[in-house]
Amino acid sequence: MNEQKHTSVGNTDEPVTENAWHTLNAFTDARVGLGRSGVSVPTKHLLPFQLAHAQAIDAVHAQLNINELAHTLSEQPWAPAGKPFQLHSLAVDRATYLQRPDYGRRLNNESAHQLDAHRANSTQAYDLAIVVVDGLSSLAIEQNTLPFLTELFASLDDSKQGWQLAPLCLVEQGRVAIGDDVCERLNAQCVLVLIGERPGLSSPDSLGLYLTWGGKVGLTDAYRNCISNVRPAGMNYPDAARKATYLLNEARTLKLSGVNLKDRSNDDAIDTSTSTNNFLVG
Amino acid sequence: MPQKRSQFQFRHTLAGRTFGFVDLADLMAKATPARSGDRLAGFAAESAEERAIAQMTLADVPLSLFLQQALVPYEDDEITRLILDDHDLTAFAPIAHLTVGGFRDWLLSDLATSDVLTSIRAGVTPEMAAAVSKIMRNQDLILVAKKCHIKTAFRNTIGLPGHLSTRLQPNHPTDDLTGIAASMLDGLLYANGDAVIGINPATDNVQQATRLIKMMDEVIQHYEIPTQSCVLTHVTNTIECIEQGAQVDLVFQSIGGTQATNDSFGFNLATLAEAQAAALSLNRGTVGNNVMYFETGQGSALSANAHHGLDQQTCEARAYAVARKFNPLLVNTVVGFIGPEYLYNGKEITRAGLEDHFCGKLLGLPMGCDVCYTNHAEADQNDMDNLLTLLGVAGCTFIMGIPGSDDIMLNYQTTSFHDALYARRALGLKPAPEFELWLEKMAIASSRNTFSLNDALPDAFHHSLNRLTGGHS
Repeated sequence: MNEQKHTSVGNTDEPVTENAWHTLNAFTDARVGLGRSGVSVPTKHLLPFQLAHAQAIDAVHAQLNINELAHTLSEQPWAPAGKPFQLHSLAVDRATYLQRPDYGRRLNNESAHQLDAHRANSTQAYDLAIVVVDGLSSLAIEQNTLPFLTELFASLDDSKQGWQLAPLCLVEQGRVAIGDDVCERLNAQCVLVLIGERPGLSSPDSLGLYLTWGGKVGLTDAYRNCISNVRPAGMNYPDAARKATYLLNEARTLKLSGVNLKDRSNDDAIDTSTSTNNFLVG
Repeated sequence: MPQKRSQFQFRHTLAGRTFGFVDLADLMAKATPARSGDRLAGFAAESAEERAIAQMTLADVPLSLFLQQALVPYEDDEITRLILDDHDLTAFAPIAHLTVGGFRDWLLSDLATSDVLTSIRAGVTPEMAAAVSKIMRNQDLILVAKKCHIKTAFRNTIGLPGHLSTRLQPNHPTDDLTGIAASMLDGLLYANGDAVIGINPATDNVQQATRLIKMMDEVIQHYEIPTQSCVLTHVTNTIECIEQGAQVDLVFQSIGGTQATNDSFGFNLATLAEAQAAALSLNRGTVGNNVMYFETGQGSALSANAHHGLDQQTCEARAYAVARKFNPLLVNTVVGFIGPEYLYNGKEITRAGLEDHFCGKLLGLPMGCDVCYTNHAEADQNDMDNLLTLLGVAGCTFIMGIPGSDDIMLNYQTTSFHDALYARRALGLKPAPEFELWLEKMAIASSRNTFSLNDALPDAFHHSLNRLTGGHS
């Protein structure tokens, strides 16, 4: 359909009224200046919205391809020793997962036994367990895990703090706090959870990072540090890796995480020096 | 379930089978229409039959029992003390003889006119409102709420019958002022923003709140808009903003229905009283002095592990006791934001929205609703269209307005500027009268017959746009 032919500015003969201020969309991702059919959203904006919602819904419900991810990660030059663990929460399916957050925070019996057996058969001390969890977007995990971890391991190497890593853990139907269960069973000093965040309408692929020092079952979010919105169109991988490395090293020095560990890595400072003048008031 | 009869305060026998309910809280929970949050808490009825029996049992409970049996102990909870200490026996007298079931009939009857409903307001407790709502159909919740007229004012008049206001919500993920201004312009030109222009800040501190308050105040002054602004930051931040001389119109706080919930939010009733006094001292309202803006939502008490064994809807209604103590301009139930572990799908969200609106209105609050959902709930725009329409019929005070329904900061979908115009046009509703006059004066809209926008960009905004885009617009 030729857009020009069916729309106009201020012409009442046309069904769609364009907004002269649609140029504002150069300054924000908000859906401004959509125009209107009568008082309703024009077709050309209605259907892309429906598509964005469909993609977000699909991201929530798509199953993580855990075998492929485990294989890919184990082949990386930086991969920690040991085959990645493939684990599952107590939530048997997505419908249960969505309604029972408590189930998503605990490993099922089989997964718990795997980790317990590993711990019983190994004397290796672990400084850090990295736990990759599908959360609310397996898409986020499949797109971002490899590039982020590649940057993270480079950054950890650069910092020369000699982190001893547990085998990677991959978890299906998990919430953030399932990292505590893993951390406690592996007796790791600290856990970093990579989890698919709740999809936004324009961000179905957002990865969240949660750092917990001394993770153990029952901790609240007050004991965690979070880095959010890691994805190609959000926080880039090098920035996220630098922040995570900073927080990991600080946590290790202070032996804590959460509200008492402030992020002073300084690359996300809000600029408050500008005046409040905006184009609406000149 | 073989249980001893003495365990139960309430019993109901059906065809030789006895259903028992341990206490009033248990009965209330089991009588609640199904929702995921009560299932998660383990309070919900175990079968559809048990729920129906609980509703029949609850219908026989006298309203006066709620004055004798506190669902959260008086000694432990300042909200229980607020509810019982402020209860007005004179206002209660006309309904004192009724059961919950009789109260439903009375509310629906022609005895309960708008004036009569106003006169009994102080005699109704949140628990009575919650109880009767549990045995009401959706159409009952709509019809009675429509009879409750709650008028508030600051720089315009909110809540007149036949009017639907909107909160313009120009959120931006980095609080970028140009981005916020773009959404504000879009909203104003779509005739939105008469309830409040309210920003959820991405960076939540005093400095940022002050900056955003100043920015909105400049726009309101510049265009002489009869509306008010609010930054939705913690109440203690707003108190500090006022102390530092910020141009605060409305004080915001999220509130819950138990003291423990509000403890987890970091405030108590004394904090709210201090904030209200501080905002009143600025004397910035021109047609009224309602200076508080509260948000609520079913599930917050469970989320904070502060529910005292109460179902989530009863906890929610108790939050309205907190709200009405401070004469708010606006109360907003953010119904679909909390997620599917509390309200699973469009049906549960719709029911909760209607319950909250009804209970709030019955208790005398200027009740609006954030008709919304997250992408992990089983809901979509059509569910929102349905709830918006139902609430519009019910006389809802205000809804949210956001560009294209997409909140790019909070990552959820709520009603758009277009949606508000749909509701106004479909149901013959108008914005606040002072704001409507401003829309005419600015050549934005005309509402003489059916609400409609003018096609041309008004002159005043043409200049603003040119400043940004260098005259290429």
